[in-house]
Amino acid sequence: MNAPSSEDATAERVEHTPLYDLHVELGGKMVPFAGYCMPIQFSGGIIAEHTHTREHASLFDVSHMGQAWLRAPSGVAALMERLVPGELRALKPGRMRYTQLLNDDGGIIDDLMVTKFEGADGTEELFLVVNGACKHGDFAHIEKHLGGEAELEVLPERALIALQGPQAVVVLSSMLPDVADMPFMSTRHLQLEGLDLMASRCGYTGEDGFEVSLPGDAAADFARRLLDLEGVAPAGLGARDSLRLEAGLCLYGNDIDTTTSPIEANLTWSISKRRREEGGFAGAGRVLDELANGPKRRLVGITPQGRAPARQGAVIHARDGGEIGMVTSGSFGPSHGGPVAMGYVRVDHAEVGGEIDLMVRGKALPAEITQLPFVPHRYYRGPKS
Amino acid sequence: MSVVKYSKEHEWIRVEGDIAVVGITDHAQEQLGDVVFVDLPAVGTAVDKGGDAAVVESVKAASDVYAPLTGEVVEVNTALEDDPSKVNADAEGDGWFMKIKMADTSELEDLMDADAYKAFAEAES
Repeated sequence: MNAPSSEDATAERVEHTPLYDLHVELGGKMVPFAGYCMPIQFSGGIIAEHTHTREHASLFDVSHMGQAWLRAPSGVAALMERLVPGELRALKPGRMRYTQLLNDDGGIIDDLMVTKFEGADGTEELFLVVNGACKHGDFAHIEKHLGGEAELEVLPERALIALQGPQAVVVLSSMLPDVADMPFMSTRHLQLEGLDLMASRCGYTGEDGFEVSLPGDAAADFARRLLDLEGVAPAGLGARDSLRLEAGLCLYGNDIDTTTSPIEANLTWSISKRRREEGGFAGAGRVLDELANGPKRRLVGITPQGRAPARQGAVIHARDGGEIGMVTSGSFGPSHGGPVAMGYVRVDHAEVGGEIDLMVRGKALPAEITQLPFVPHRYYRGPKS
Repeated sequence: MSVVKYSKEHEWIRVEGDIAVVGITDHAQEQLGDVVFVDLPAVGTAVDKGGDAAVVESVKAASDVYAPLTGEVVEVNTALEDDPSKVNADAEGDGWFMKIKMADTSELEDLMDADAYKAFAEAES
C-alpha cells in the first residue's frame, strides 16, 4: 500500500503556530499545510471529529491564516473596493463580509473576510483574514496597489481559534457573555481578564460558531480553557475539509484559483447591486460580462452514486460521452453519509438533477448534479421571537 | 497453525495451503484513518506481485494496494462494500481484502515475519 503523500511531514520546512505544543500533547497527527505543521486529525479520527462538530462544538487552530489591519486617513473601504467586488463602503462598523481579491482578468487571487471597525478618531479601519497559503502574496498585492494611500499592518504573531458547532455559543459565552447575542457575520472587541481579543460569529463548517483572534502568547491558555469545557473537543484539518465540503464552501486552491471568476464559482451573492452597477474593481470587465451574459462553466455540487468518492482532478463526462468538466473537491461526507464532490461543468450541463459520469481509475462512476449545500447551513439568524 | 507474513507495502498475508489471504496491516489502517471505501478486484483477476490489486480510500485520500504475490483472485471480502470501517476495526481479521491462489509459493520467501515487519514499520514512521 502506498501512503498518501501529504503524510510526509519532513518534506518541507514548516513553521509552528502558537498551539503546536498543545496539538502534539493532544495526540494530533501533524502534517505540513500552508507552510505550517498542523494537525490533520486527533486520536478519534476525522469522522468522529466531523460528527462532534455537527452535534457539539469543536476547536480548530486556524492560526496559519493571515490577519492584518488596513487603515487610511479616510475612506479605506472605498480604497479596498478597488481590489475586491464585495460591498465594503456600506458595511456597518462591527460587521464582516466575505469577498475575493481579484486579478485584472477577474480570477481569484484569494478569498477573504473583511470586517469594518471605527477607529478611536472615527475613521474606518478594516480587519482582514486571508488564507494561510496565500497570505504573503495577498499582503504584497495589497501593498502594491494601495501602499501609497493605505497602511497595512500585518499581524504574524496573532493566533486565530475557531470554535464551531451548535454548542459553540453556549461554551464561548460561558467565558465571554457578550458573544451570546452577536449576529452572524459580526465582530466584537472583547476583554477576558485583561486580555484583548476579537470574536467573530462566522466559520467554515456550515454550523453556528466563532473565530477568536488573540495574541499568540495567550492562545494556548485560552484554547486549554475552552477544551476543558463540556462539549468541546479538538478537531483537525481533515474534519475542517469534510465539514466545509458538505456545507458547499469553496476551498482556495481547489475550487477557486486565479483562473476561476466569482461568477463561475457561484459567489455572485457576495457582490452587491451597487458594485455590479458601478464596477470599478480589479477584474470587473470579466465579472460584469459574466453577470450579463453568463459564464462558460459553473461550480456545482456533485453526488456520486454508490460509495466510491471522486477526488480532485477526476474528469467529468456528460452521460452521452463528452468531457464537460472536472472535480475540484471530492471526499466522503460523514453527515451526508456518502461521497460528495464539487466541480466545474460546462454551463449547459450545470442544471441540478443532471446525470453525469465521473472518471475514476478508468471507470465511469455515475453521479448527479446536486443543489449545494449537501448539509443545510445552521448559522445564527438572530434571537427566536 | 497458519503462517502470517508481511510486505513492505504494509500488507499482511495469511497462508492457507496454496491460498494467501491478503489485507492491510493495523499499522497501515492507522496511518490511513477512517476507511470509507474499498475497491476490490473482480474474482478471477490475475494479479502480479507488486502490481495494482485494490484501492482503499480514507476520508483524506485514495491509496493503491499492491498484490504481494502473483496469482489469481479467488475470493474478495464483499462485506467491505457495505461496511468499509471493518478495515479500521479489525484490519488483520474481518477487514481482509482478498484471497489469492498463489502461482509461485517461493515468492513467500521475500516477505517479512511479524518481528521483521514490526521493526520495518517502526523505522519507517
